[in-house]
Amino acid sequence: MIYRLLDGLGAYFIFLSQIFHVPERWSEYRKSFFREIDLLGMSSLGLVLFISVFMGAVLTIQTATNLDDPMLPDSYIAIAVREGIVLEFAPTIVGLILAGKIGSNISSTLGNMRVLEQIDALKVMGINPASYLVMPKLLACMVFQPVLVVFSMALGILGGYLAGDWLGLVNPDVYLSGYFMEFNPFYFTYSLIKTVVFAFIIATVSAFYGYNVKGGAVEVGKASTRAVVVMCFSIILFNYILTDLLL
Amino acid sequence: MIRLHNITKTFGDQDVLKGISAEFLPGKCNLIIGLSGSGKTVLLKSIIGLHEPTSGTVEFGDQVVQELNRKELKKLRQETGVVFQASALFTSLSVVDNVRLPLQFFSDMSKEEMEARVKFCLERVRIPEEAYDKNPAELSGGMQKRVAIARAIVLKPKYLFCDEPNSGLDPETAIVIDELIQSITEEFGMTTVINTHDMNSVLEIGDHVILLKDGYKVWEGNRKDIIDSDNQDVVDYVFRSKLFRKLKKAMQLGEVKS
Repeated sequence: MIYRLLDGLGAYFIFLSQIFHVPERWSEYRKSFFREIDLLGMSSLGLVLFISVFMGAVLTIQTATNLDDPMLPDSYIAIAVREGIVLEFAPTIVGLILAGKIGSNISSTLGNMRVLEQIDALKVMGINPASYLVMPKLLACMVFQPVLVVFSMALGILGGYLAGDWLGLVNPDVYLSGYFMEFNPFYFTYSLIKTVVFAFIIATVSAFYGYNVKGGAVEVGKASTRAVVVMCFSIILFNYILTDLLL
Repeated sequence: MIRLHNITKTFGDQDVLKGISAEFLPGKCNLIIGLSGSGKTVLLKSIIGLHEPTSGTVEFGDQVVQELNRKELKKLRQETGVVFQASALFTSLSVVDNVRLPLQFFSDMSKEEMEARVKFCLERVRIPEEAYDKNPAELSGGMQKRVAIARAIVLKPKYLFCDEPNSGLDPETAIVIDELIQSITEEFGMTTVINTHDMNSVLEIGDHVILLKDGYKVWEGNRKDIIDSDNQDVVDYVFRSKLFRKLKKAMQLGEVKS
């Protein structure tokens, strides 16, 4: 068990060393980077929008129900919802969802390329396949996932406000003022640091499993599933480590 | 010229290639034949660098692959075209973009020169213009193979490798692909190495043939020698088919010319 874990970690770090190479031609990597932004980032906007609005709404309903005390102003509910979304829900929940959506996409794409000998084709052309295929995906994830998380924060807060107002749980004006009270800007930085680390985990772990597929279509599916499980474990673990270190 | 010196390849405790030495001639179609599991694909992958031989050396001209540094190896790879069994075309790119990809990475051509070179290669393998912007997945197996050949020759390689170029193709298309490989080999003076177990290919384009069995090279010759050979391994491999046994008899009786 420990031997397998160490063996896997060793293979993962060797894989990382293959990714970080000087590109054969920067212009090709740049083109690939913008393709990946569109493929991995833009296509996730709808999902993040849907999840974030409802996440904020549910959080407001739950907080308002639990803080149902006439002595507590509605602005406290807003503060609790805001901190919950900024500190945890936006970076971690969006990270876990993107691990499923983007991670399985990367893993299965690279797995299929391996099975169909496309990775071998790049190698015999003299192109570093690990670098060419993974680096643009990694950079796209690390650049665009923070954008998605900021988008998620804004929408979560908006969803919370709308739910509280429509359901008559809070006084909208007091609630809105709570969003701007006692905000610690470092929480935002902390959240973005977590997001970038999660993006790195999602891109590299999924690519590692896909790139090293051996066999056929069944193994591609298995590798995708394994990648999502490992990514979820890693995100939860690093969430704890980063929180302990940064807060 | 490609020379193999005593190539061995071991996976775990399994010896797949056992001391293979051979020469592949320039301007000729050099065929590696043998039953499934005889080591053909491993040998081809050892030559093109996808497997590291356990021992032995591979020479491309006067360059010993095992002695090249990373930069020299990269340069050699740009002189090498490979057509994979499954064509290995990138389905995220169009036909034209697949053929253009090696040029974008490794040539200093202008955009117009690149377009002209890509068009020349696609025309050379007879891909109709209306297929240029299609996704490779929309093409037939034969067309995909031809696009893969166009991509393999776009950098004007000195060496061309084809792994089972006829697999999955109907007999007529298989012949078209064989003829295409043969004609471009002669036209561009490339050293072409083809991995196959298609006897039609052997008899049509086998300028130089080596037969593998259980990881050993057991026979070497050309398409004419193979019919006349008394080597038991050749007889077992070629004349397993009733048709070829009849053909050999007819040739021996003078009913069919060699």
